[in-house]
Amino acid sequence: MSTAARATSHQEKLNIAGRMFSSRLIIGTGKYRSHDEMRRAHEASGAEMVTVAVRRVPLDRSSESFLDHLNPALQILPNTAGCYTVDDAVRTARLAREALQTDLVKLEVIGDQTTLFPDNEQTLEAARILVKDGFVVLPYFSDDLIMAKKLLDAGCAAIMPLAAPIGSGLGVQNPANLRIMREQLPDATIIVDAGVGTASDAAIAMELGADGVLMNTAIAEAQDPSKMATAMKLAIEAGRLAYVAGRMRKRLYASASSPVEGVISA
Amino acid sequence: MKVFINGEARDFHGTSLTELITQLDLPPARIAVELNREVVRRSDWDGIMLKDEDRLEIVHFVGGGSE
Repeated sequence: MSTAARATSHQEKLNIAGRMFSSRLIIGTGKYRSHDEMRRAHEASGAEMVTVAVRRVPLDRSSESFLDHLNPALQILPNTAGCYTVDDAVRTARLAREALQTDLVKLEVIGDQTTLFPDNEQTLEAARILVKDGFVVLPYFSDDLIMAKKLLDAGCAAIMPLAAPIGSGLGVQNPANLRIMREQLPDATIIVDAGVGTASDAAIAMELGADGVLMNTAIAEAQDPSKMATAMKLAIEAGRLAYVAGRMRKRLYASASSPVEGVISA
Repeated sequence: MKVFINGEARDFHGTSLTELITQLDLPPARIAVELNREVVRRSDWDGIMLKDEDRLEIVHFVGGGSE
């Protein structure tokens, strides 16, 4: 393959600002029935990066640290989940950086409580502030090419378009948007974030050319999270391989796989 | 003195931020502190002397993906 053709979208590893990950699956740490169940699912998923949320510590009761329940080998990606303003998101990111000593942040600025759709305008503003402040910013946003370009122009290391509303499990609702984004931004690291419900959804996101998928509820709310984590791992590998392999062209009519010559006849 | 921690008014009988964290029995390595809207580096906690009416946010990490 020529150098020009080896765009980011065809690299063997997931590249986030020069940090390479063998697994293209990033998973959340919420909604599990127990810490043990979470740990087992994390292990089964093969994920190398997990995302955590930032909240006020409860006062007057000693609380064990949630971080102690995570495999120390995992890269922790703090997020600004629950933030509805630029100011809250920026402050949350700065607090997370101080506590975790990481410049990675999954930026979320939510616009509405019912849909949890991102506020793209405020997300862009927060992204600009955080990039300037030295963060490696991974913004969650609507699956919109123009917004994607603006976030990349702002210096975001990767972009995280939604597949469907957070926690909905509806799967990729607008495959054309993701495909267009991939085709128009061959060098961008695109990680589909939110809305995946089962393995085929993850495979579809990857077949459309995503570099990775971030999910939480699909695994945590499965009847058997470990098994679903394995399914997701395989689906992401399968979808990635199918994308890189290049699928066949779709046809409206049949096209025989066997030679048409030499068929016996009476 | 009276300080506000995570929006809650508290009496604090001490001086430095380190003392406050110790009195609250919080795990220093797993939290982050904002004083009057500015993040305070852990290495600076000892030297930060709190004043009456100071406002602090003390956060930690919880399970979560997106929200």
